[in-house]
Amino acid sequence: MKISIERGTLLKAVAQAQSVVERRNTIPILANVLIEAEGDTASFRATDLDIEVVDKAAAVVERAGATTVSAVLLHEIVRKLPDGAQVKLTDDGASNRLMVEAGRSNFSLATLPREDFPVMANAEYDANFSAEAPTLRRLFDKSKFAISTEETRYYLNGVYMHVADGEDGKALRCVATDGHRLARIDAHLPSGADDMPGVIVPRKTVGELRKLLDDDEAHIAVSVSETKVRFATPNITLTSKVIDGTFPDYTRVIPVGNTRKLEVDASEFAKAVDRVATVSSERSRAVKMALDEDRLVLSVNAPDSGNAEEELAVAYGDDRLEIGFNAKYLLEIASQVDRENAVFMFNSSGDPTLMREGTDTSAVYVVMPMRV
Amino acid sequence: MPALCRTCLTQFDAGTRCPACASPRVMAHPELFDLSIAHMDCDAFYASVEKRDNPDLADKPVIIGGGKRGVVSTACYIARIRGVRSAMPMFKALQLCPEAVVVKGRMSVYVEVSRQVRALMEDLTPAIEPLSLDEAFLDLTGTARLHGAPPAVMLARLVQRMEQEIGITGSIGLSHNKFLAKVASDLDKPRGFSVIGAAETEDFLRDQPVRLIWGVGQAFQASLEKVGIRTFADLRRWDRKELAARFGGSGDRLWNLAWGRDHRAVTRNSRAKSISNETTFHDDTASHHLLDGHIWRLSEKVADRAKAKDIAGRVVTLKLKRANHALLSKRISLREPTQLTDKIYRTARDLLDQVSDPGPFRLLGVGISDLVPAADADSVGDLLDPGAQQRAKAERASDAIRDRFGSDAIVKGRALR
Repeated sequence: MKISIERGTLLKAVAQAQSVVERRNTIPILANVLIEAEGDTASFRATDLDIEVVDKAAAVVERAGATTVSAVLLHEIVRKLPDGAQVKLTDDGASNRLMVEAGRSNFSLATLPREDFPVMANAEYDANFSAEAPTLRRLFDKSKFAISTEETRYYLNGVYMHVADGEDGKALRCVATDGHRLARIDAHLPSGADDMPGVIVPRKTVGELRKLLDDDEAHIAVSVSETKVRFATPNITLTSKVIDGTFPDYTRVIPVGNTRKLEVDASEFAKAVDRVATVSSERSRAVKMALDEDRLVLSVNAPDSGNAEEELAVAYGDDRLEIGFNAKYLLEIASQVDRENAVFMFNSSGDPTLMREGTDTSAVYVVMPMRV
Repeated sequence: MPALCRTCLTQFDAGTRCPACASPRVMAHPELFDLSIAHMDCDAFYASVEKRDNPDLADKPVIIGGGKRGVVSTACYIARIRGVRSAMPMFKALQLCPEAVVVKGRMSVYVEVSRQVRALMEDLTPAIEPLSLDEAFLDLTGTARLHGAPPAVMLARLVQRMEQEIGITGSIGLSHNKFLAKVASDLDKPRGFSVIGAAETEDFLRDQPVRLIWGVGQAFQASLEKVGIRTFADLRRWDRKELAARFGGSGDRLWNLAWGRDHRAVTRNSRAKSISNETTFHDDTASHHLLDGHIWRLSEKVADRAKAKDIAGRVVTLKLKRANHALLSKRISLREPTQLTDKIYRTARDLLDQVSDPGPFRLLGVGISDLVPAADADSVGDLLDPGAQQRAKAERASDAIRDRFGSDAIVKGRALR
């Protein structure tokens, strides 16, 4: 194999590959990226056996071929090369070395045979549809904070993407929860997605997917089967196994009978919560909300460090209510609100509280209160 | 020489019999009224409680312990004469003493009796450091004026009250630090009262074996013997630095203890790092149905202790011992600390389900660690388990019932497996 490729193009492709590769590997080849050159493209493939990413980049291919080399090493080298450099990758097929040349820099990297590289089997997908990048970005960005890290309930370690009955008919819905808070985000159902099976997209895949979604104009080809999900742009294909488990019935978790309504400027609220939480104890981070006629008092009482209190003008017309929350949870859901006021719907100090943006029910958050 | 009658508590000056009541139970020692660090150790505690509650057992050898596979947890003094010792396998104990009455322990009763003893000790001093249910250090420094009597008298009165009011006996060790107080309480059991004064400390220890030191078990003893250390005298021949170089942190401790120096204070709350309970089965079992019952019972014990101490744990541990004694333990961090049986049980049960080894197992243990104050526990519920709050309430309610009517007043069906 002998190819020549522009440094910026190569860096992008290798960066994606090295982030999929696991840092600690017991199987050496999994630390490598598979480089395949043919026609006028070079493809860079990396896997951790659960996720596979393939990045195609334009290259001048002098001699077609393939080899594997340490993803982290190659990334580090390319990162340090000067901008605009033309990088030559040469593998003579006999010496088990990949030559990396750019200007006066020369590197010789150990390779492993391409035959040893595990390529993810192609799957039959039940649904194929196209989604706009901003749509997917919103679905996953607004839900991923609630993904659980609990080992025992592994089926919560991802975002549940499925077809659901939303406010305006069928919706593409993403739900994540860790048992303390829940996010339910709806988007218009793209055509062709009706038969999509519900899948739990693992946390790491969500993180990798995010890198495909920065371009507002991009269309993402989404393919879903019971066991795998694939997101593809013209250049990058991200294939991932989904979490083999049943996502719990979240619908009964979302309170419908909460009548006490609080409306507050989300960013003012978030700043105030952040301020009072400064004195809260490291472990519990409890913040108390005391609500009365158009008045919200946020307070923290931490015996070891001190007290804090802040008053906010809000819209609230119901009976007096005192309710506690983990400050971190409040901040996280408040930061999801970007257009209108945050609307909280309470029941009692012991019941789950619902939060949404204005009257928009396409993004709904539920948070458990905390005993204070 | 100052002397004290342990029968009528009269203080006098030397003599082998009490001038007031003529009792021979006299304790005389030059430093008797100057020493104030004590160790109280109940005599064959569990067995004494059993004999108290069942007078038929009074003159019989009694062994507390469980099942044919269990070990002796306590043997009464009659059984000890026959060679039965704590931690001895039950079958061996029964070979030595076939007519022994084996009683399965009643932990909840022992806890209650221990609490009564503790209450009596609280009358003497607030500086109490319990080591277990049946022994504790007491620091009576500076209490003589308050009580109008030196510590020795108050301690003699303590064991007297234990006999009269609770019906169990104990032995006292009185000295000038914790190490020596504990050594002393063991010198004259049962119903003993021993004193090790500052002046005699060095002589007393010289020919004692080093296993007297807490923490010097069989393995450590062997490595000490390898370098020629058997007695305190051997230890004293070593330089402080040499000992530290050879035995690390314990080297320094050994060097100090060699001369009977121990600067540890009697601290009321030597904080527990974990709470755990375990059980050895009568027969090895692989049945998850049976193991489940054990997990529940053990979780309940752990939760009870956590509740009693007002603490909660963030980590739940499940321990299993295979038939070949290989240990297997699994632990998991909770998202919020708990002291609830229900939560501990469910978590431990999840851990059991993750164990790939099919068993059979001979032992199972459940524990919590990473302990925090109870105020931080179970403060956020679980959205996905709305029943958890109900179960927590039910647990608090049944706790209240058990507090009032005894621990068996209400039990889960699961506990009967």
